[in-house]
Amino acid sequence: MSLKKFIAEAVSPWMKQKGPASDIVLSSRIRFARNLEGYPFPVTAPEESAQTLMNYTTAEIDLSSFQAERPLHAVTMDRLSSNERRILVEKHLISPYLADKSTHGALLLSGDESISIMINEEDHLRLQCLLPGFQLKEGLETANKVDDWLEGKVTYAYDEELGYLTSCPTNVGTGMRASVMMHLPALVMTQQLNRMMPAVNQVGLAVRGIYGEGSEALGNLFQISNQVTLGKSEQDIVDELEGVVDQLLQQERKAREHLLNTSRLQLEDRMYRSYGQLRFSRIMESKESAQRLSDVRFAIDAGLLQGVSGDILNELMVLTQPAMLQQYAGAALSPGERDERRASLIRERLKLEEQGDELSGGGSE
Amino acid sequence: MLCQQCQKRQATLHFTKIVNNEKTEMSLCDQCAKERGDHVPGANSYSIHELLSGLLHSDSPTSQTAAPARKSRHPACQSCGMTYEQFRKVGKLGCARCYETFEARLKPVLSRVHSGYHMHTGKSPKHAVPRRNVQQEIEQLQAEMQEHIVNEEFEKAAEVRDRIRALHSRDSLDETGDA
Repeated sequence: MSLKKFIAEAVSPWMKQKGPASDIVLSSRIRFARNLEGYPFPVTAPEESAQTLMNYTTAEIDLSSFQAERPLHAVTMDRLSSNERRILVEKHLISPYLADKSTHGALLLSGDESISIMINEEDHLRLQCLLPGFQLKEGLETANKVDDWLEGKVTYAYDEELGYLTSCPTNVGTGMRASVMMHLPALVMTQQLNRMMPAVNQVGLAVRGIYGEGSEALGNLFQISNQVTLGKSEQDIVDELEGVVDQLLQQERKAREHLLNTSRLQLEDRMYRSYGQLRFSRIMESKESAQRLSDVRFAIDAGLLQGVSGDILNELMVLTQPAMLQQYAGAALSPGERDERRASLIRERLKLEEQGDELSGGGSE
Repeated sequence: MLCQQCQKRQATLHFTKIVNNEKTEMSLCDQCAKERGDHVPGANSYSIHELLSGLLHSDSPTSQTAAPARKSRHPACQSCGMTYEQFRKVGKLGCARCYETFEARLKPVLSRVHSGYHMHTGKSPKHAVPRRNVQQEIEQLQAEMQEHIVNEEFEKAAEVRDRIRALHSRDSLDETGDA
């Protein structure tokens, strides 16, 4: 398979669109947790009850009745290979739990992959809307539409005091988790983020790295999300999150400006070194590629590097994950082989970019 | 005690590292610990999920699926059979009824997890039937109490009064007695 074709198929269609403030906010996500009245939650559900739910949602509901122009498609986990399931995890469409541990797990997915509904995860239903850039309000609007549609098909477990009843008490109430994925290289470089985190936590929001474990955030990519789901309306939660994200956005812009004003040469040097590493290396570990890709993305946003598209960070972060690499290679790979494949995929991708630039008529502006 | 690394800030993290049977004891400040990249639980981001795990999870969860309840001092959920002990282990409730079954013990947990909030104010499904309309219930009981007073059945009236009080307190925040 050619790389172009692989990318066309592997990258979610919603990711290819530009959203507001997409230089810093890569994506916005709204998730609703819902359960059905009268059925035990998946953690205690007998197998036949899980199967009934899966059959009902994947086969009996008319999946085109949500929106004729945006029908949903059903995929059951048992029909996918384990690598195919991992790919869905890497694309943030399902959770690792649904991929590996759920009983009769399934997924309803829209063609552009911006709407996904997990079935038999920790809760019976987990609706998710993913949008490019900073679009929490739009995400909430879409999620509400999906929720209203589903509500016509099933009866939700709901309590007047506690709201939507969820398997984990941390989700009870709205059952909503709103989050954004942000690229914050300048706040990390200037060590400001560490100081801002406690304040963000103070208002009931969590900041964590998206890739990487423990205290490291690979690629300077962070997820900011609400923690409290009870006692606040969906709109209030989104408004509060938006306010904080807006602050982080402005601080990141300021920090970038400051870095460009005070250490432009050092910055340029670092960016071009990273670009060179990505363009020519033969072995690339995931940790290194994440950092280099973050540098290059920063350079593109700051106008230091022309002729490379800004999508390269989010796109390659997804494409260079283990299951994706194995899919592209068409075989299982050892970690060492993955590092080699990762390096070659990134090289090829950047080469495409250079060629594309030449094709579109001799250099950038 | 000062941080061993920077010798400037107060050490806030004390830990023992054992690598190849070699024991090192460290005392670091938060910042140096982060820079060293030593994995400090919760140092990355303080999340409510971690807090909840701390509140509920005893050791490591043994099984994701809860076995049917055995004899326990506390009653199991009549609908799904989960006990509070099992819930503490897996961190997940077994069914919607569990919220009622374990109400007394869940209440302080919910309050801690959700910054003291206890009442849903967001969206509701259109079909939602008021299952527990406390206000209506209280009004009905008050009428009942009046009737008893008129009939001079004061003991019965006192009983009803206590039920009204219980309903009031279930609805108010400052009830913390049942942790």
